[in-house]
Parts: sequence; C-alpha cells; structure tokens
Amino acid sequence: MNWLLVAVGGAVGAPLRYLTDRAVQIRHDSLFPWGTFTVNVAGSLLMGLLTGAAVSGAAGPQVTALLGTGLCGALTTYSTFSYETLRLAEKGRGLQAAANVAGSLAAGLAAVFLGLALGRGLAA
Amino acid sequence: MTGSGRGAGGPDGPGGPGGRGGAPDPRGEAVDPDVDLHVPAQRAETRGRHGLTVVAVIGAGGALGALARHAMQVWLPSGGGETGFPWGVFSVNLLGCALIGVLMALVGEGGREERAHALARPFLGVGVLGGFTTFSTYAADVALLLEAGRPGVAVAYLGGTVLGAVAAVWAGASAARAALAPGRGSGPGGRRPDVGGGVR
Repeated sequence: MNWLLVAVGGAVGAPLRYLTDRAVQIRHDSLFPWGTFTVNVAGSLLMGLLTGAAVSGAAGPQVTALLGTGLCGALTTYSTFSYETLRLAEKGRGLQAAANVAGSLAAGLAAVFLGLALGRGLAA
Repeated sequence: MTGSGRGAGGPDGPGGPGGRGGAPDPRGEAVDPDVDLHVPAQRAETRGRHGLTVVAVIGAGGALGALARHAMQVWLPSGGGETGFPWGVFSVNLLGCALIGVLMALVGEGGREERAHALARPFLGVGVLGGFTTFSTYAADVALLLEAGRPGVAVAYLGGTVLGAVAAVWAGASAARAALAPGRGSGPGGRRPDVGGGVR
C-alpha cells in the first residue's frame, strides 16, 4: 500500500516541480535557478511539517508515504540542483554557483526547522 | 508568446530563436536541466497536446524515481536521526547526480538537445532522476540529526552530500562529454555510445 502511495505522490510531485519551475522562470529573466530553489525550499518546509506531525502522531505512515516520501521527495531534487551548480560554475559564474549552494542549504534547513515546529504544534 | 500570454516581458532572448540577436547573450544552453525558458524549444514544450504528453511522462518518471528511492530507503533507512548517517538517501542523491551529468551531456548540450528525442529530458531527467533524488528528505535528516545531538554526523552528511553531488555531476558530465567528443582516436567520432540503457 505504501509503495502505491509513494508512486502517486511522485507522479504528482515531479510535474509540480516542472510547472512551478516554469512559473517562477517566466517572472524572472535570471540565470540563477530560482525555480529549483523555490521548490526545494517549499518542499523542505512541507517535509518538516510532515515529520513534526509524524513524530507527534498527527500524521500516520500512509500520509508520510504519500506526501513525504512521494510528493515532497519528487517535488524537491538534488540532481537538478547539482547540475545547475555545475553549469553556473562552467559559465564563469562561480559566485552564483556558491550562492546557490549556500542559499539552498541555509533556506532549506531553516524551512525544515520551521516546518518541524509548526508540525509539532499541530498536535500539541 | 506563451500559451497563457504571461510570457510578454519574460525571459525572451532578443533576436528570436537562439538569442543570437544584437545584445550579448551568453545563454543558449540550459542551466536548469528540468526546464530552462532561455531555450526556445523548452519554452514551447507545454503547448497543445504535446504539453500534456510532456507533463504525463514527467509524472510517470517521477513515480518510477520515487519508487526506486523508496526501495533504497527501505533497504538503508535513515531512522529519523537516531541511527546515524543516512546512507540510503546519500547513495540515491550521488547516483542521481552522476546520472543527470551523463544524461544532460547526451541530450541537453552541444547541439545534441536538438537531435534528442523530445521526451528524453522530461522523462529521464525531470521525471525519473528528479523524482529519484531529493532535497527535502536530505534537509529533514540533517535537522533530525542536529536535534538528536549528533552535530558531527549532521555536518558530515550535509557537507558530504553537497561535495559528493557536485563531484558526481561533474564526473558524469565529463565522462560522457569525453566519450561523445568527435575526433577521438579510439572511438568512432560523434557516434553515440550505447549508454542510454544506463541512464535511468
């Protein structure tokens, strides 16, 4: 059952990443990968929320499989993030490449901690 | 000119397709392997029926990638910060990064993007590899390791994944570009080695 939920979540998460990426890019004429940054931070927030809710018992294993492993897992991406970082560096934009790494890690971690606090608060 | 009409004033390169107009524009090849609207073909790929197909194959690829990642997580669970280094997701992310490097060299660079199948990047890159690798699980595991009082493991995992991922994507792309480079002594110049089966 969990495998099916993971697949369904993944089938929604990946197109959502693609469409969000397009929607972000259409508003910015920038080489900086704001679209991927956006999905990674948003997905980290949701993952923190789910993890916090799971720890406190507000979210069961099936919800975690569907929305956590499936949706958040596929909405966010490491392969896209690392290829973008490589391309920025290859184009001589080392500063943007470094900012992409540092900014994504800092914002992603902050989003997880915020989500964890919110998720635990849900069941408190 | 996008279907929704929102594109006016968007990242439309000057001088039409290719962006080779008057203004100096170093773009042309994608930075973002999921979709890069600086590439005219990718701007257009959501139009009409083809757009539905693109979104559908991304969904199918995302389901496959997520299942493969789940299998690795079941085999090597992270344990929510309690059991140490999350080797399962670590392996998933590094493997996925090496493969996106190979894939983009095959279908996204050096003019090969124009000859590649129109659904290769959406299915394999955006869907399968994007769904396989994950940033949110990684960030959550780092946070849980910190909360569990394991800052050393957390920092090692945080830094090890970033360094490993960038090294992996560089290695994958470099190896594939070298294999594809025309005029190499041994290999048949320009012929595409049959690595397609490995790009999953």
